[in-house]
Amino acid sequence: MTYREHTKGEMIPEGSSRGDRGAAPTDTLTGRGTALGEWVAESSLLIISLISIVVLGLILLFLLMEGLPTFSFVSVKAFILGHLWYPTDEPPDFGILALIMGSISVTLISSLIAVPSGVMTAIYLSEIAPPKMAEILKPAIELLASLPSVVIGFFGMVAVAPLMQRIFDIPTGLNLFTASIMLAFMSIPTICTISEDALRSVPVTYREASMALGATPFETISKVTVPAALSGITTAIILGMSRAIGETMVVLMVAGGAAIIPGSLFDPIRPMPASIASEMGEAPFRGDHYHALFATGITLFLFTILFNILAMSASRRFRLKG
Amino acid sequence: MTFSLSKNRLSGKRGTVQSIWFALFRGAAAINVLALFAVILFMVIQGASAINWAFLTEMPKNSMTEGGILPCIIGTICLALGALAFAFPVGVATAIYLNEYATQGKRVAMIRFAITNLAGVPSVVFGLFGLAFFCTVLKLGVSLLSGALTLGIMSLPVIIGASEEALKTVPNTYREASLGLGASKWQTIFRVVVPSALPGILTGSILALGRAAGETAPIMFTGAVFFTPDLPTSVFDEVMALPYHIYVLATAGTHIGETRPLQYGTALVLIALVLGMNLCAIIVRSRLRNRNRI
Amino acid sequence: MKKSMGVTALFTALFLMASSPWAMAERLAIKGSTTVLPIAQKISEAYMVAHPETKISLSGGGSGNGIKAVIDQTANVGNSSRFIKGKEMKMAVAKGVTPVPHRIALDCIVPVVHPDNTVSNLTMTQLKDIYLATITNWKEVGGADKKIVVISRDSSSGTFDAWRGLVMKKERVTPRALTQPSNGGLVTQVATTQGAIAYIALGYLNDEIKALRVDGIKGSAETTLNGRYPISRPLFMFTNGWPTGETLSFINFILSKKGQELVEEAGSIPLY
Repeated sequence: MTYREHTKGEMIPEGSSRGDRGAAPTDTLTGRGTALGEWVAESSLLIISLISIVVLGLILLFLLMEGLPTFSFVSVKAFILGHLWYPTDEPPDFGILALIMGSISVTLISSLIAVPSGVMTAIYLSEIAPPKMAEILKPAIELLASLPSVVIGFFGMVAVAPLMQRIFDIPTGLNLFTASIMLAFMSIPTICTISEDALRSVPVTYREASMALGATPFETISKVTVPAALSGITTAIILGMSRAIGETMVVLMVAGGAAIIPGSLFDPIRPMPASIASEMGEAPFRGDHYHALFATGITLFLFTILFNILAMSASRRFRLKG
Repeated sequence: MTFSLSKNRLSGKRGTVQSIWFALFRGAAAINVLALFAVILFMVIQGASAINWAFLTEMPKNSMTEGGILPCIIGTICLALGALAFAFPVGVATAIYLNEYATQGKRVAMIRFAITNLAGVPSVVFGLFGLAFFCTVLKLGVSLLSGALTLGIMSLPVIIGASEEALKTVPNTYREASLGLGASKWQTIFRVVVPSALPGILTGSILALGRAAGETAPIMFTGAVFFTPDLPTSVFDEVMALPYHIYVLATAGTHIGETRPLQYGTALVLIALVLGMNLCAIIVRSRLRNRNRI
Repeated sequence: MKKSMGVTALFTALFLMASSPWAMAERLAIKGSTTVLPIAQKISEAYMVAHPETKISLSGGGSGNGIKAVIDQTANVGNSSRFIKGKEMKMAVAKGVTPVPHRIALDCIVPVVHPDNTVSNLTMTQLKDIYLATITNWKEVGGADKKIVVISRDSSSGTFDAWRGLVMKKERVTPRALTQPSNGGLVTQVATTQGAIAYIALGYLNDEIKALRVDGIKGSAETTLNGRYPISRPLFMFTNGWPTGETLSFINFILSKKGQELVEEAGSIPLY
């Protein structure tokens, strides 16, 4: 019987694969006419598994097919670095720099909120909370993750934005800051769950050794446990940011929708997903505007792929050698 | 491993630093949980009065400023189930292949790479793809089928991940015992491994179903419409959906102020639907964990 | 496993069977401008009460898509808040389609501000300057010393198109303007924002917001119909050729007395 080692460290959404079961038999001992059946079973499973690749390929293909025609009427440079987004004017301007900056700014500011909050919650859950408490809190964090984005956007619009407007005495509550707060609550569960997994996978012996040397629990957390789990936490942060940059409904409903490069925290913005979602419905089919929105989709997709690659290399580079 | 504070009471500077930081950790956790309850409570307080039998079972009336949200509830359920009908078989089969058959290699690495990246694709990009591929190239138009397939490919990574997780928890001894008794690999997988992983797989699928039900961006251009006068009768019909209905009423409606109660009510129904599914999944899972522990 | 293969096979079969969605049921498909959408919805609801055998499907998509749907014959009626363009007409002729416009209502667009705002009249030039962001404070137009929050419609909306044509004279609305996807969204924003200015269809006016006069003229059905109010335009429904059958009866219904009353209820100005 041959054994195989399970692929470690790959990122699968919704938690990951720590439960390494070590070995699985790959060959069978039976002969007697089942060989063909086995072959059919394995092949059909393989073919179905390839659907994921096909789907990803099709997504890329169709984004490119519908997006690339954009560059027949606007240069790549003018598209990416153009300040003006006037897709329906005559003549139109298709510059998405303001949209890109909108996306980047809202992602960064939401991370400033979500990263400390998510990681600290993860530390609390895995290191400090009594098991019973953790058992209640963890599902709550998961439920936070499952709140539909349109509900969070709606909440931001009707409850948080008016509040911001009053507190800061600003012209409008629909701005970068409000959007960042709402977006933070969408990425906190991602950051928290993956960080917690990472912290829990740090061997107990590390903590025991540290405590035995006289370190306080906090010193153990900050100097031993967290550094040991750093790769996982980094992955968590990157995936959280990836979720934030691609999130649509929240920025569509609370970001204000002005296609400008934000100069202050309270400026309205128009991130890429918001622009796509609000304009696609009325863009003439296969017109210039339609293609430009697909090209914006490509840009957004490239950002998330970049985040994914960073996350993968982060989890590979500092993998804990236990 | 957790530290029990009472047993580690420290004095002096180290103790102060620790208690400040621990308070921060605790505070962060509390804020996140409070945020969840704030959103839910807000919607319950604002929306409860709108909810009654008629609201759940009637069609929208008078330009959607009165009446119920029945077509949205039906539409959302159809979309989510349709998504699952695609994603469940494909996802589970992929998970079985990756966990039971595939050896390491280029092919597996590529499949995993695809799944990882699929999981990271922004929801609005799925919407664009659905529009370009299902609606346009496959000529399905804006329809229940296009929307469900778009949501389906979006849920695929979730179901694969959950199913793999479940398959991994099946002890290897089960496989060895089955093979040892002379069962073929195929028999082992379908009579032993999958049945014992099934509760976990189902839990993951319920979670995916909940997520699909709550998504807006993927169905905006592919399946959901502003208004349709009747319930869907075929998979080629356009549908109304709860998340899109909230968006429409809250931002693009014709009488936003007057329909606030309807918006809160719709949001509450959506929350109840999605959180209900999630709670089910969480309860099932924790029961399973306890059972496995024994 | 068999079951899952079955489902996969079923879906494949569905792909293959897929044909034009309109081929299956006998119904009236209406598509296009979001400005006309509330009118179309009111009319459709009333029409279906009177003709229970008819099923009307209604979707937005903007004027361009409405006209395109008629040209592609994917809709029976295409709503538009503007007249057909030369380019579109050529495309229609190439496909052997004759789009016929039916003027169904008038649209009057009024600038609105927060009720506490002391300004009650703006000239066309001032409006333009505000939307160009060359005027940024209410005191420049006789109001309080308060920053102007410019709110506009999404660039694909017909109302935006009309505003750009009639007020901006093809110059650009400042990119700093907040955008809202609908008239309703604008009303909510203006009602809760002290320094805000926006423009909405006359029918959306309520007491939470204050309408401004333009060049001294109050926007109303009367000033629109007699042509004195400067920011107004006709709304159209397009059909392929002269309408017949169900489509004809639908268009006749809109143009009837009852239909025009519904137009008014939906926030637009009836033709008579």
